[in-house]
Amino acid sequence: MNALDLARWQFAITTVYHFLFVPITIGLGFLVAGLQTAWYRNGNLKYLRATKFFGKLFLINFAIGVVTGIVQEFQFGMNWSSYSRFVGDIFGAPLAMEGLLAFFLESTFLGLWIFGWDRLPKKVHLATIWLASFGTVLSAYFILAANAWMQHPVGYVINAEKHRAELTSIVEVLTQKTAVVTFLHTIPSAAFAAGAFMAGISAYLILKKKDVEMARPTLKLGLVTVIISFLLVSITGDVIGKVMTEQQPMKMAAAEALYDTTESAPFSILTVGTLDGSRSVFQIDIPTMLSFLATGDFGATVKGVNDLEAEYDQTYGPGDYTPNIPLAYWSFRLMIGFGAIAFFLAIFTLWRTRKGGELPQSKWFLRSMLTMPFIPLAAISFGWIFTETARQPWTVFGLAKTADGVSAVVSAGSVLFTMIVFTLLYGVLAVIEVGLTLKVIKNGPAPEVDYENPQFGGSSDKPLVMSY
Amino acid sequence: MSFQTTWFLLIAVLWVGYFILEGFDFGVGVLLPFVSKNEADRRAVLTTLGPVWDGNEVWVLVAGGATFAAFPEWYATLFSGFYLPLFLILTSLIVRGVAFEYRSKYGKAQWRQRWDIAIVIASFIPALLWGVAFANIVRGVPIEMSADKNLEYVGGFFNLLNPYALLGGVVTLTVFLTHGAVFLALKTDGGIRERSRALALKLGLVAAVAAVAFLVWTNVMLPEFNGLVFGLSILVAVLWLSGLFAVLKVREGWAFIFSAATIATFVATLFYALYPRVMPSSISSEFDLTITNASSTPYTLKVMTIVAVIMTPLVLIYQGWTYWVFRKRVSASQIHNPEVGMLDKAWH
Repeated sequence: MNALDLARWQFAITTVYHFLFVPITIGLGFLVAGLQTAWYRNGNLKYLRATKFFGKLFLINFAIGVVTGIVQEFQFGMNWSSYSRFVGDIFGAPLAMEGLLAFFLESTFLGLWIFGWDRLPKKVHLATIWLASFGTVLSAYFILAANAWMQHPVGYVINAEKHRAELTSIVEVLTQKTAVVTFLHTIPSAAFAAGAFMAGISAYLILKKKDVEMARPTLKLGLVTVIISFLLVSITGDVIGKVMTEQQPMKMAAAEALYDTTESAPFSILTVGTLDGSRSVFQIDIPTMLSFLATGDFGATVKGVNDLEAEYDQTYGPGDYTPNIPLAYWSFRLMIGFGAIAFFLAIFTLWRTRKGGELPQSKWFLRSMLTMPFIPLAAISFGWIFTETARQPWTVFGLAKTADGVSAVVSAGSVLFTMIVFTLLYGVLAVIEVGLTLKVIKNGPAPEVDYENPQFGGSSDKPLVMSY
Repeated sequence: MSFQTTWFLLIAVLWVGYFILEGFDFGVGVLLPFVSKNEADRRAVLTTLGPVWDGNEVWVLVAGGATFAAFPEWYATLFSGFYLPLFLILTSLIVRGVAFEYRSKYGKAQWRQRWDIAIVIASFIPALLWGVAFANIVRGVPIEMSADKNLEYVGGFFNLLNPYALLGGVVTLTVFLTHGAVFLALKTDGGIRERSRALALKLGLVAAVAAVAFLVWTNVMLPEFNGLVFGLSILVAVLWLSGLFAVLKVREGWAFIFSAATIATFVATLFYALYPRVMPSSISSEFDLTITNASSTPYTLKVMTIVAVIMTPLVLIYQGWTYWVFRKRVSASQIHNPEVGMLDKAWH
């Protein structure tokens, strides 16, 4: 492997890993804020226990999300300095805005939330978790706008002399259709992940009879979140499909491994075969579905890989413009498939618990509930793997190739070394993170310490409610 | 003032903010075992950082992002060139952040000891390496024009470990240690406060020697005498000694203001010594990265200026408010059941 391959692997590993924690942070922040609001409004202590319990889990997750995010900010310059030189005039702006508008907001108000229980008036303390959550969404918007620009560059000119893209309209970059739909797809997917996280854990608590009073409402909250957000994810996913067909037709062709341009193209649920354009051994098709997904019209023509390759050779000069087709094909299906599994699991569980119904006692149900938090994360990861790898060979579609973006002065050995260390470190952190999470879940919610008790308080002789 | 100069200034401001804020975080991290006698002490020390460390760290993310946006060539050359030191800083920041968040969640002594070691090492490394990195930037590093017309760092790793840069590392390390001790003296009570104050004096004297040597070297190294750099260097020394005097007089608030002002003036000195270059080449001045050849377009700089002018004061206000909310001193006696972690069964 050369420095390019290694840098790509490093980006894939660190980014997919980082994004395991991001959706839970974004989604769970709002769910916890909602629970605290419920407690604030009706004073019912079960909501306070739920706030503290899921708040603990939220913070365990948030810690890893924050620290792995630091790498994201710097690795463009470290491993992808040629890319950085080419796009910096445009791509740097949303990144800097993300820091100034979002990161400060999240980190500062989360600190106030964690330590502010006995320092802030109840209402102000409640506001801090909402502000921190708002910060996470703002952060998502800027970084997704930056990513959308890589999928579909707008608002720029190419300066041939300096060999770089230059910004002409920040408004276009921040408000283009691609950015908006990606955002509207990603935020519900975060809620989807957090809902499944909350539902799976709540189901476990109910089955183990730990604070059932608290866990029943949080189970319901989690399940309803999963169901609603899945519907939103599906709708916006459908819109993205159409935008993608218009902007990156090769990606849509790769998603179906459609080699020949086809009218009323079918969508295959699965294929047994090599996906190299030869006849497959076995395939389950939904007739005309791909045409519908791509354009909204069952009879439409969908361009195939071969025609697109020929077209791109004309436009961009001879080269290989076809992404890794089996990877695109399968990651696309795994994204949808994992999403659907969590959705149906949520429907089933909600149906079983309607009107005070009990959860199934079987071993299999317990196992599936414990797996539930991971299912949306798998779906989301495959979604990113699909959209990033099926854009290849481009980093910025039509403008810059991945192969030209890598740092010229960083040796393969250096990239390999850092990749090994990051991977090992991330692996260790994952084990610790999951271990702590399981510990919290096993112990169950703590009986609530009444922090309004005059025993506690900020003055120097009273014990602190929160300390590190 | 041109947008390029404005952004040079703003990036200097971001580094000032970062070094003042995370500077004491690093200091407190390294000093953790040296100012604490028992578990309650350690937890009190960490509680002074608990609500603020993450917000402090954002300053470096914004400094990085702003450099990317305003001076992409600088960002690209610096980060790919200083690859391994930056990697060491990043891994340290990862380990440190997790250590702060996880360390006291769980009561087992071995668990906590391991995280404590992690906090000490992972605070020590960046405190040292930031100085090494900045001293190298000021000194100039081998930068050449590559075949595709980019100004690239060609020096390798060991080139960065020259005596001047290492001295710069010693300066940031000892200054941050002192700054951390002053912060602890200001934010804690009882034994920790006494021990921190005593340490601040000793460390402050070591830092003074290192800093004076470094600043003399910096002034001598400049191609011609620069009055303002010289003046700022003198000011650094005066502010630092005033801080130590305040420590001696048990005026911890003033001591902190002075040590923060010293850091700000020190960063200003380095940036002023650079201006209008951002990363001079030691090979030839024609390969210097400057605010002109490294910068973004005027349009991008204008957009970013508007954002920065609106957001920076807002950030300062709410971050300042956090410090106000947590203004009270923390004492070890306030730590409820120090041996028990929030995730322990005994907590229930």
